[in-house]
Amino acid sequence: MQTFDLEAQGLRALNSTLHALKGQTNETAWEIINPKGSHAIAVGLDAPVDVTVRGSTGYYCAGMNKQATVRVKGSAGPGVAENMMSGTVIIDGDASQYAGATGRGGLLVIKGNASSRCGISMKGIDIVVHGNIGHMSAFMAQSGSMVVLGDAGEALGDSLYEAKLFVRGSVKSLGADCIEKEMRPEHLELLADLLKRGEADGKAKPEEFKRYGSARKLYTFNIDNASSY
Amino acid sequence: MCGIVGLFLKDASLEPKLGAMLTDMLITMTDRGPDSAGIAIYTRPEKGKAKLTVQSANAAEDFKTLAADLGKAIGAMITIVSKDTHAVLTLPSDMLDAARAAIREVRPTARVMSAGEEIEIYKEVGLPKDVARRFDVAHMSGTHGIGHTRMATESAVTTMGAHPFSTGSDQCLVHNGSLSNHNSVRRTLKDAGMTFETENDTEVAAAFISHKLQEGSKLGEAMEATLTDLDGFFTFVVGTKNGFGVVRDPIACKPAVMAETDQYVAFGSEYRAMVNLPGIDTARVWEPEPATVYFWER
Repeated sequence: MQTFDLEAQGLRALNSTLHALKGQTNETAWEIINPKGSHAIAVGLDAPVDVTVRGSTGYYCAGMNKQATVRVKGSAGPGVAENMMSGTVIIDGDASQYAGATGRGGLLVIKGNASSRCGISMKGIDIVVHGNIGHMSAFMAQSGSMVVLGDAGEALGDSLYEAKLFVRGSVKSLGADCIEKEMRPEHLELLADLLKRGEADGKAKPEEFKRYGSARKLYTFNIDNASSY
Repeated sequence: MCGIVGLFLKDASLEPKLGAMLTDMLITMTDRGPDSAGIAIYTRPEKGKAKLTVQSANAAEDFKTLAADLGKAIGAMITIVSKDTHAVLTLPSDMLDAARAAIREVRPTARVMSAGEEIEIYKEVGLPKDVARRFDVAHMSGTHGIGHTRMATESAVTTMGAHPFSTGSDQCLVHNGSLSNHNSVRRTLKDAGMTFETENDTEVAAAFISHKLQEGSKLGEAMEATLTDLDGFFTFVVGTKNGFGVVRDPIACKPAVMAETDQYVAFGSEYRAMVNLPGIDTARVWEPEPATVYFWER
């Protein structure tokens, strides 16, 4: 285990050290101490390493992540795992707004609550939230899955494309063109796998969720609406 | 951007350290607002006394005989403590309104930052660390306080455009965001008798809350009304003589984090503003919900 003291060694040194890890490396386990809410911790990683942040982080932690597993032993500020490509990011506490925004792949797990705009414009990332999510989550979400064990705030899935949304608790309101859909066997199977990978299989069962998706009326060109475009 | 910090103490043993804790929080928020900085501190009141905090660009000359001149004008005993461009005048509390009115005649170049039994406001253009040092905020004690680091959007970078804004006795407000209907709200408030010293949008929010309080609203009700009558982006932190409140607009894109322990309630635009507070590792830390009023009163 390599230990990096962020307060003593600084952010640029941290990220350049982690960026230097490429291909096969023996230094696969890292711990970052004294994060103190700093911004841009462990962004742009591109190696199969395991990074544990001992404390809470500020803006954009683990952004653009590829391959790496990043664990935050605290809460994360705005934009955690933004535009993640692959790998896994696990937040033990809460995540602030737009967690996992525009993510193209990989898995984001939030063990507490996520606030507004979680998964906004997600494009392939999977997001599992153990608690609740705030308003405007999954806005314009294109693909990937979002699993919420708690409740969802206002305007869930507004202007949704083909992302799959699963919510166990209540949904304050659905956004434009987002509707409840039937849960078919393949969805239960997908959900069971996501709950397992999201370290939530002991907390909830697939049958307890409702599925939400796009009614496909907003983004599909309709000749009857031609005059409105 | 803009940075906000706030501390409301529950444990009196922390009161001597209030200024030091707020200074540390304020300086951490420098990169959210390096234009100007300000701080409102509420101190334990002296019985029967009130304070007027004034500012002048020409402090040495303006403050030299100010206590005597103002005292003569209103017929009261006034003491003065100068700190850089600011001075705190202490006078009988029943003379506060008279003093506030008289100072316009006695020293037209001096500007009133705050008035009340407990509040003192210090604000200037410059980096937060320099502003805090000039007024020696780190050595101030108090019961609660609010600070702001400004990145200006809606009006000029001047002393009067810095936050906190105070539009009522012992009241203040700081703001991260921008209001879009401040001109029309200002007109309505002017018609209702409120006065304004700047073109700044935040001053309108402060006056809006002061006006509601004057009309008899409670702090929570006055803050609730901002959600229906003010349009734009905002996270507000409000201070009153015995209270401390937070409200965010329904879209809530301006960041906010709160922490509470048995000893204090703290506010920061970001968590990193609070990392050096005592007991933060075990504090209850949360993000205030959109369109939800939070307040604490003693």
